[in-house]
Amino acid sequence: MKFTEEHEWLMVDGDVVVVGITAHAAEQLGDVVFVELPEVGTEVVADDEVVVIESVKAASDILAPVDGEIVEVNEAIVEEPGKVNEDPEGAAWFFKLRVEDLSALDDMMDEAAYKAFIAD
Amino acid sequence: MADELKSTVLHGLHGALGAKMVPFAGYDMPVQYPMGVMKEHLHCRAHAGLFDVSHMGQVILRGAGVAEALETLVPVDVIGLEEGRQRYGLLTNATGGIEDDLMIANRGDHLFLVVNAARKDADIALLRAGLEPKGITVKQLENRALIALQGPEAEAVLAEHHPSVAEMRFMDVATVPLAGAECWVSRSGYTGMDGFEISVPAQAAETLARSLLAHDAVAPIGLGARDSLRLEAGLCLYGQDMDDGLNPVEASLSWAIQKVRRRGGARAGGFPGAEPILEALAHGVDRRRVGLRPEGRAPMRQGVPLFAQAEGGTQIGVVTSGGFGPSVGAPVAMGLVADDLAEPGTRVFGDVRGKRLPVDVVALPFVAPSFKR
Repeated sequence: MKFTEEHEWLMVDGDVVVVGITAHAAEQLGDVVFVELPEVGTEVVADDEVVVIESVKAASDILAPVDGEIVEVNEAIVEEPGKVNEDPEGAAWFFKLRVEDLSALDDMMDEAAYKAFIAD
Repeated sequence: MADELKSTVLHGLHGALGAKMVPFAGYDMPVQYPMGVMKEHLHCRAHAGLFDVSHMGQVILRGAGVAEALETLVPVDVIGLEEGRQRYGLLTNATGGIEDDLMIANRGDHLFLVVNAARKDADIALLRAGLEPKGITVKQLENRALIALQGPEAEAVLAEHHPSVAEMRFMDVATVPLAGAECWVSRSGYTGMDGFEISVPAQAAETLARSLLAHDAVAPIGLGARDSLRLEAGLCLYGQDMDDGLNPVEASLSWAIQKVRRRGGARAGGFPGAEPILEALAHGVDRRRVGLRPEGRAPMRQGVPLFAQAEGGTQIGVVTSGGFGPSVGAPVAMGLVADDLAEPGTRVFGDVRGKRLPVDVVALPFVAPSFKR
């Protein structure tokens, strides 16, 4: 698993990257009440705003961590946004990206580095 | 930060309870506790919640003719307010705008006011300027905390500390000994539910708060849930749903102006902005505060512009407060809309991130009140 400074986790499965938000991010957001996911088939560039997530407190954007094509989205969290708080690093993944060049992940944090990052 | 944040006397308790603190109206206040906004909100509606509202201003007005004097600053029947009763009021300005909303209690030989934290300095100045020349003393109390206990189990909990509170009706005020101190209790609150607000001497505040929190029914509630509770109850937040540029009729607070202060009443007018406010009451206004229920799941928050059509046209209003209503289970909002679109059932559209989403004008409140009348 890789982590971004935007508090996303990335799990690589062949040429597909599964993206979600970390437990730390979910806790900081508070109770999630609304999720808007991108259309399957959308070509995204790193740092594009691809997901809108709203908690009881505020709206936040989730950025595409790398370039790629959205190949699947998790409709279950649209139906039940509270899943994002219950299982952010498991069942409540956000989208799957098909990525041509996985080398962009090389510079991202591993779990130990991310833990140190959020401890600061 | 330019100014040092103030803290209430319960600041240490908030820390001990694991609160997440935020700056609010110049105070370091708990926005939520470990339970989280959603669960706090639902707990309060199902059981009871304890709120530290000590940042609000507590003011005593004393002197001969104090009720008559205060009527020169508020469009409210103060003279008719019986001893042991409280009433919602508004401080207005010369153009008819609202300087603040407040609670006015008749405690026998004096009036006791509770004003908003963010407005208390301005309110005190306004009260002093208007009342001191009439021989009324205006005393801001710095040595008392204010605790709200709200929810369906509030009465049972507080009655264990003193049985007399069970006899109080909505908007009654009484002096009640609690935690060994003289407390001033009102049966009121800002959640749309039954409950109490307790003015307690500062040195007894933590003892009282801890003894109330010792009941299983009572959970501490932060500002986050306080906001969603008051929004579901259709209650205004000063600076969002009302301000100095909005008159009481536009703010849909005409009910707070009793007949005796309206045209044809025995004490009509005589308050700041009486002319524009009474004119608005008689002949209507161009915009009004309404309830808004977004059709989908997307919350419409403060500042979302409103349109009459799904495409084109000019803006006809704006969301003034909005978010997710945990008890409603869906987004809820309030906003100002053009008067001809203010009828419940009217569909308008809110621009959320560039998309116009349908939202219906609805009657307030979103959650039926449960006051003990």
